[in-house]
Amino acid sequence: MIPTIPTPRALRVIWTGYVALFFVYLVLPLAVVAVFAFNDSQFPSLPWQGFTLDWFFGKTAPKIGVFHERSILGAIATSAIVGACVAVLSVAVGTSNAFLFNRYKFRGRGVLYVLMLLPLVVPGIVLGISILVFSSTVANGLWDTAKIDAVFLRPGLVLVVLGQFSFITTIATLVISARLQKFDQSLEEAALNLGANRLTAVRTITIPFLMPAIVGAGVVAFLMSFENFNTTLMLVGSDAPLTIAMFDRLKEGSTPLLNAVSLLLMLGSSLLALTLIAFQKRS
Amino acid sequence: MAASARLGFILLLMPLLLWLTLLIIIPHVDMLMLSLRERVGVGEYETSIANYKTVLTEPLYMRTFMRTAVMSILATLITLLIAFPVSYYIAKMVRGRARSVLFLLCLIPFWVSELVRTFGWMILLRETGVISQFLQWSGLVSGPVEMLYNDAAIMTGLVYTSMLFMVVPLVTTLDSLDDAVIEAGYDLGGSGWSVMREIVIPHAVPGIVSGCIVVFMLSLGNYLTPTMLGGKDSLWFTEMIYSQFIVRFNWELGAAFGFMLLFASSFIIWAMLRLTGQTLERTMG
Repeated sequence: MIPTIPTPRALRVIWTGYVALFFVYLVLPLAVVAVFAFNDSQFPSLPWQGFTLDWFFGKTAPKIGVFHERSILGAIATSAIVGACVAVLSVAVGTSNAFLFNRYKFRGRGVLYVLMLLPLVVPGIVLGISILVFSSTVANGLWDTAKIDAVFLRPGLVLVVLGQFSFITTIATLVISARLQKFDQSLEEAALNLGANRLTAVRTITIPFLMPAIVGAGVVAFLMSFENFNTTLMLVGSDAPLTIAMFDRLKEGSTPLLNAVSLLLMLGSSLLALTLIAFQKRS
Repeated sequence: MAASARLGFILLLMPLLLWLTLLIIIPHVDMLMLSLRERVGVGEYETSIANYKTVLTEPLYMRTFMRTAVMSILATLITLLIAFPVSYYIAKMVRGRARSVLFLLCLIPFWVSELVRTFGWMILLRETGVISQFLQWSGLVSGPVEMLYNDAAIMTGLVYTSMLFMVVPLVTTLDSLDDAVIEAGYDLGGSGWSVMREIVIPHAVPGIVSGCIVVFMLSLGNYLTPTMLGGKDSLWFTEMIYSQFIVRFNWELGAAFGFMLLFASSFIIWAMLRLTGQTLERTMG
């Protein structure tokens, strides 16, 4: 069942057919979401009522398009801000972790490494409630002892950022470590021999080498934050990020507006992914 | 030099320790303490295991818990069965450009949020949905069929959502299997099936394990898919956590639920690693 071994023709045909079916299964849900964004109807379902762009640009009720719907635009902005914060924080800590695990042999390293991996195997909703519980404990404690009202420790965007950061950092660490492992340390030593101090050597030699991984980890972190649902659900306050805002609307009943937002999301994330791949190829 | 290396070490260690203690360890300890607390009066609490007793004695909670676990295991197995032939095809049966295109195609749907994917299934499966209309149009059924709001719909959604996390590790491990080893298997008289069973599958075990761990955990902790695609009777354990925390405001019981979920997922992951002789570092790192 590899090209060099003769395989019965029937088996090959069945196998290829199966893989083709698999891809239909992968694409189908996304295709219908995209197509119904252009249906001139109140509901994202058949029959087809004709082509329209109202769900993107419409100005009047009942067909207010994405670009004129304040709450959705606001939610997109919220998600973007949260995503940017999570990306910056997790890449910074991830880079530091990568250096720590690659460059230093110390007691407890193995234990710390396993601990660092753990957030990946904790269900997102549990991460969310544990952070919610702890921050409330701290906030209540502050209020009882010092009468300080720590608003940022109540459900809201700060907690959402912290919650997402808590597991996305693991992924950033793994991505950046993988590249740091491939780095030839003698390059850094050469810089030291040529009179650079340690910090300069790292800044001018190692960090540029790591750049593709750093950018990659940042984009992945941003996308993961943008589409995170479980952890965010438990920590969200009054400003809802996009996934939560869309979820609330979906519960009330769906209109093609949601299809239009989804289509924009698909375009946005595939664009980001493609840029990332192009960037990775170039360097 | 030694002093500055030591300073660098401490500076690099700080963010890691802050992150792990403040956002992972202490919150989980705090959640455990909360779950071990019982409210006895206004503002008065006692340490007790009352919340866990409630979970164990209330049939609805236990049933939901077991149902969620069993369905997650089932979803993991189905994902593995569907993904394995596809991964093998990508890793071993196609070459060159077609191969990287197929692999990329597998990834692309998952750059889109889970909410959008679930929404897609709702459009397909509901009574007025695309599949129902198609079946009526083709004359296979006479009236609208409702395919949403049942366990099969949940299963479809879970398998779809988790597919990527199975395909990627499988393709990676199958890729590392040298073709010459498979050829040797055939030379020694193996049939297609015996080569698969005795060479390919044993080699793919690390990939199978890491895929299964992630898929199982994602299914167990999923909230969106069961809520949107499931019916009134198909309650998921995460929905109970949500309702205790946000709707009923009974955080003590909610924390106990959370801990049970964490325990169940950790136990199954541990058992899976033990059975196959793998470690977390090897499968995740």
